[in-house]
Amino acid sequence: MMEHVPISHVLMVTSTMFFIGAYGFLTRRNLVTMLIGVELMLNAVNINFVIFDRYLYPDQIEGHFFALFIIAIAAAEAAVAIAIFINLYRNIRSIDVEKVDNMKY
Amino acid sequence: MSYSVTIFILILPLTVFVLNGLLSNKLSHRLAGWLATGSMGIATVLAWLTAYNYFFQSSSYEKLIPFQITWLRFTETLQIDMGILLDPISVMMLVVITTVSLMVFLYSMGYMQGEKGFIRYFSFLSLFSFSMLGLVVATNLFQLYMFWELVGVSSYLLIGYYYDKPEAVAAAKKAFIVTRFADFGFLVGILLLSYYTGTFDFTKITNPENAAIAGMTGISFMGLSVLTLALTLIFMGGAGKSAMFPLHIWLPDAMEGPTPVSALIHAATMVVAGVFLVARMFPVFSFHAPEALDAVAFIGAFTLLFAAIIACTQTDIKRILAFSTMSQIGYMMLALGVSGYGSEGLGFTASMFHLFTHAFFKALLFLGAGSIIHALHKNDIREMGNLRKHQPITHIVFLIACLAIAGIPPFAGFFSKDEILSAAFASNPIYFGIAALAAGLTAFYMFRLYFLVFWGNERTYEHSPHESPVLMLIPMIVLAIGSIFTGFIPFGNFVSSDSQPLQAHLNVTVAIISVMMAILGITVAWIFYKKESLLPEKISNMSGALYHTVVRKFYIDEIYLFITRKIIFNLISRPIAWFDRHIIDAFMDFTATATNWVSKEIKGLQSGQLQHYGYIFLSGVILIVLVMIFTNT
Repeated sequence: MMEHVPISHVLMVTSTMFFIGAYGFLTRRNLVTMLIGVELMLNAVNINFVIFDRYLYPDQIEGHFFALFIIAIAAAEAAVAIAIFINLYRNIRSIDVEKVDNMKY
Repeated sequence: MSYSVTIFILILPLTVFVLNGLLSNKLSHRLAGWLATGSMGIATVLAWLTAYNYFFQSSSYEKLIPFQITWLRFTETLQIDMGILLDPISVMMLVVITTVSLMVFLYSMGYMQGEKGFIRYFSFLSLFSFSMLGLVVATNLFQLYMFWELVGVSSYLLIGYYYDKPEAVAAAKKAFIVTRFADFGFLVGILLLSYYTGTFDFTKITNPENAAIAGMTGISFMGLSVLTLALTLIFMGGAGKSAMFPLHIWLPDAMEGPTPVSALIHAATMVVAGVFLVARMFPVFSFHAPEALDAVAFIGAFTLLFAAIIACTQTDIKRILAFSTMSQIGYMMLALGVSGYGSEGLGFTASMFHLFTHAFFKALLFLGAGSIIHALHKNDIREMGNLRKHQPITHIVFLIACLAIAGIPPFAGFFSKDEILSAAFASNPIYFGIAALAAGLTAFYMFRLYFLVFWGNERTYEHSPHESPVLMLIPMIVLAIGSIFTGFIPFGNFVSSDSQPLQAHLNVTVAIISVMMAILGITVAWIFYKKESLLPEKISNMSGALYHTVVRKFYIDEIYLFITRKIIFNLISRPIAWFDRHIIDAFMDFTATATNWVSKEIKGLQSGQLQHYGYIFLSGVILIVLVMIFTNT
């Protein structure tokens, strides 16, 4: 069934996902929303890995494994990010990214 | 006893310097003082033993090197050693330095008692003794130069001993700068000499048959042979250290240091280093560069008379002695300058002889002056008088020293001065005339000092002057004995230009002339100053401008100031300073300002806003991607 979908269509979907994620990352002020944007970008890349593997090298499975790795790492990264947000909230009572500019000093 | 123990003559003072210097907060004054004096005593005994072995236990006076290490190896043939060279003049100098040092150390125990820098003083004094001893036993020119600078430093430290007194600080700086200026010539001379001969070693350089040296006479530069030029430059270093005209201006000011320091450094030992240097290089001077030797004689003779004239008009007791020192060193230089080699070497022997005797009586004069200053706390001889009642022992030893320096037989100065006058007589009647005239002046200014201080009217003193403590009297008495008897040493048997015994006979004509001059000088001083009289004032008024010129030391200091302040500062230093400030600094300032401006302009980019960074990053990536796309297709 997949064979009927051309690769360019899938790539359009993933590119759209990636730039939606990037747009969310750059425009949202809420850190959690920004994290969601990052996850979107990651998943767009994930789909790319799987698609390229399936369409270009059907007899190999490295692309699938990369996708699995990225899912695991994205989970860890989300855990760390959420932990940082919680601590941030405890300290400054806010998770607005514009208020977190102390690191420049 | 083998000669290798001579190394301890150097090590002992060095150890004391380090110990006293490092532990100056821990040691008590008594302990530190006796430590320094005691080790100097041991060094003195060792020096005398060495001299005894050298002069009496061996038949010929060879150059011996009992100790030597290679210090720097430049090439296979050119290297710098550190070592000990024993020959008649260095052994003689060892004896003089250790003996006078010991006396001055002992004297200082009394003189400096209760001073707050007492331990520092002894530490520096030990450093000086070490450096001076290292200088005279140097095996090569470079070692000599290093110790030469070390004595310069210790002299600087000791002149500036009273560092809270602005005059002392200024004098220390002046001494250091003037001698450094002279040492610059010295260094260039050493480099010239070693460049052409390929060696620093005295044993090789002073060997008359050395082909490399003889070859140097052939190479000429600006009409003079390079060797003459090199030796003249080396003599410039010697002239600076020995306060020869026109590099003499530091010595009178150096009297700001403590009086025992003046006795040791600025009378008996350091200032004769220049004489020693010329004597050390004498075979080279004599065989290959007679023009340089003529310069030595001329400068010596000129300084001799020049300083003696100034000494007649000064009123500060120590400055009179300083000018007298310059004048006496002039004698030594003159004697070296007119001397020949071998059997003609009367001048050489006379010079070393005078150095030897002068060390005793001049150190004694300074210690006597110190004894007076210690009692009165003032230096001006016009405020002194009739001190023979208050300080009988100082009076006697001072009189002995005055007689010795005036050249009255049988005191030491008579014999050495007679030899110098004979040498000058044999060489050039003009030099003889200058030397004889200066002999009269010497007698005059010394006895002027003597009569003004010890005779004349009783002055009112703030507190009654007292005789100095025993610790100060003993060294003075020892030196007085030296001043009486050292003249009888048959010096030519021990020290001569070619290490062969030289028979020096008393030249009766010369002796009579010099004694007549001395007696004349003393008589004039007697008439002028024994009783207070108006005669000196009348004469000084009569000569008017001339007198003032002499009092102001021929305006040499003013000339130096004029040259440095007005000419060098205005024509050279200020333009260079302007260039430095407005061109070089301006360039540096510009880079700093530019950096500052750029950073101010771009610092807004670092906002701390995560999303700004994200924008920039993303636009950067997009830009790169676009560039890649459009360049690849």
